[in-house]
Amino acid sequence: MTMATNTLSSTSRVRRTLTTQEPSWVRRALIGLALAFLTLFLFVPLILVFYEALKKGVDVYFAAIIEPDALSAIQLTLTVAAIAVPLNLVFGVAAAWAIAKFEFRGKNLLITLIDLPFSVSPVVSGLIYVLIFGLQGWLGPWLAEHDIKVIFAVTGIVLATVFVTVPFIARELIPLMQAQGTEEEEAAVALGANGWQTFSRVTLPNIKWGLLYGTILCNARAMGEFGAVSVVSGHIRGSTNTLPLHVEILYNEYNFAAAFAVASLLALLALVTLALKTVVESKITQPKENADEHRSA
Amino acid sequence: MSTFKRHSILPGFNLALGFTLLYLSLIVLIPLSAAFIRTTELSWQEFWFAVTTPRVMASYRLTFGASFAAALVNAVFGLLVAWVLVRYRFPGKKLIDALVDLPFALPTAVAGIALTALYAGNGWIGQYLEPLGIKVAFTPIGVFVALTFIGLPFVVRTVQPVLEDIESELEEAAAMLGANRLQTFSRIIFPTIFPALMTGFALAFARAIGEYGSVIFIAGNMPMVSEITPLLIITKLEQYDYAGATALAVVMLVISFILLLVINLLQWWGRRRSALA
Repeated sequence: MTMATNTLSSTSRVRRTLTTQEPSWVRRALIGLALAFLTLFLFVPLILVFYEALKKGVDVYFAAIIEPDALSAIQLTLTVAAIAVPLNLVFGVAAAWAIAKFEFRGKNLLITLIDLPFSVSPVVSGLIYVLIFGLQGWLGPWLAEHDIKVIFAVTGIVLATVFVTVPFIARELIPLMQAQGTEEEEAAVALGANGWQTFSRVTLPNIKWGLLYGTILCNARAMGEFGAVSVVSGHIRGSTNTLPLHVEILYNEYNFAAAFAVASLLALLALVTLALKTVVESKITQPKENADEHRSA
Repeated sequence: MSTFKRHSILPGFNLALGFTLLYLSLIVLIPLSAAFIRTTELSWQEFWFAVTTPRVMASYRLTFGASFAAALVNAVFGLLVAWVLVRYRFPGKKLIDALVDLPFALPTAVAGIALTALYAGNGWIGQYLEPLGIKVAFTPIGVFVALTFIGLPFVVRTVQPVLEDIESELEEAAAMLGANRLQTFSRIIFPTIFPALMTGFALAFARAIGEYGSVIFIAGNMPMVSEITPLLIITKLEQYDYAGATALAVVMLVISFILLLVINLLQWWGRRRSALA
């Protein structure tokens, strides 16, 4: 339905006449103003990261990246994402299956609860784990007795990262699977498919791009999270330092060239994320458009 | 069970919902409730004292003031950017459309150091502002700049789809009935996008209030002047003042929950608007 109106409005947009078009000087002024704002607040900061990173030459740049503490930060960031993203992937699929394919009471409350981590300050997201696992926390004395470290250790970093990235995949899948309805799965079950077959052969092909989209965004946040991780990490160089925390340490030591070199890695990650996101977005809207044309024909 | 869930022949409901609830409880709900339960260790007077000291009050003023100003700027320019992206054609439009989401994808620490370097006295932009007597880095204005960056995509991304869905017939009819473009915009287009604009504003505001990473580099973090509330939580934590940190966290949580409620109401209003239209 929405796609049908979209194609309608895009054809009429071509025919947009003078009566519904602003004078060209207004158009140019608005475009100029919008671009000036975006340049000032988005493009210049982005360019500056790469400029500052390479200002002292390529040698300094690569030296900052292959230095042992930086490598250990890269490794930790990759490890944390490799644990947090799959966990939230499984959660997202399970939550979307329950919410989109079944009718039950309290569904809207559940959706709100899944979105909760988005509205919590990163600092508070870290703090709540300190209140449970920290030395003065609920489980603190027991953990200390058994010599298990959660806070100021990798486990705490993983937990805080999982918390802040909980909603990403679920919130992409829920509306997508709700829109697709349950007819195809019901047909598969009626034809004798078991649960796993129904999911892997019917549902999964339908949601693969949405799943990928959520995963890309989840990964970007998992690798880039700063506030929550900063509270639980303890900033131990070469041990509990993720890439964003390493940027902070270098910057606070006035080692700007190295700080921006490491920051440029994260900026590259952001650019790759945006590029993949744009590609996947077009994959998500295209099949929908085809299906709509099919339906209206 | 039958009143709780409508019958379906699809399998896996119990497993999927059970896992969802268990995971959500362990990762989100129990840890969040820890903050509320831990504050009950304080008496009401102690709690009230902890969250209303002059230094804390100054941090609220800065956090809310700068967040409000940043969300307001984003409402105006976000609407402008959404309008330009939906209505006009110009070179590089697709690239710019994709880059609008940069603040979502760029780690906040990177944004923080980039903006600081930009607006410092010797920075690309700071060097021109400083002679005019405008100091941005290490002042409350710096906090505002960082929060504007962080909230930039929200208004654009909430207004954009609504603007795309407006039927041009409505505008043509308005024009035929003698309205000029400004009248058409203020009487037809603006009322249609207003709920989305408010939602975007609220989302940007909510995000800005909790923001930490991008702000701490540029703020200068002077107590009573440029210290945001999330930083104060960390400061208290580092001084082993767990009760004080938790009390502040509870204040921030309550405010986030209220904002979440407001945002849900705004979205409901927007959906009802578009359903009626």
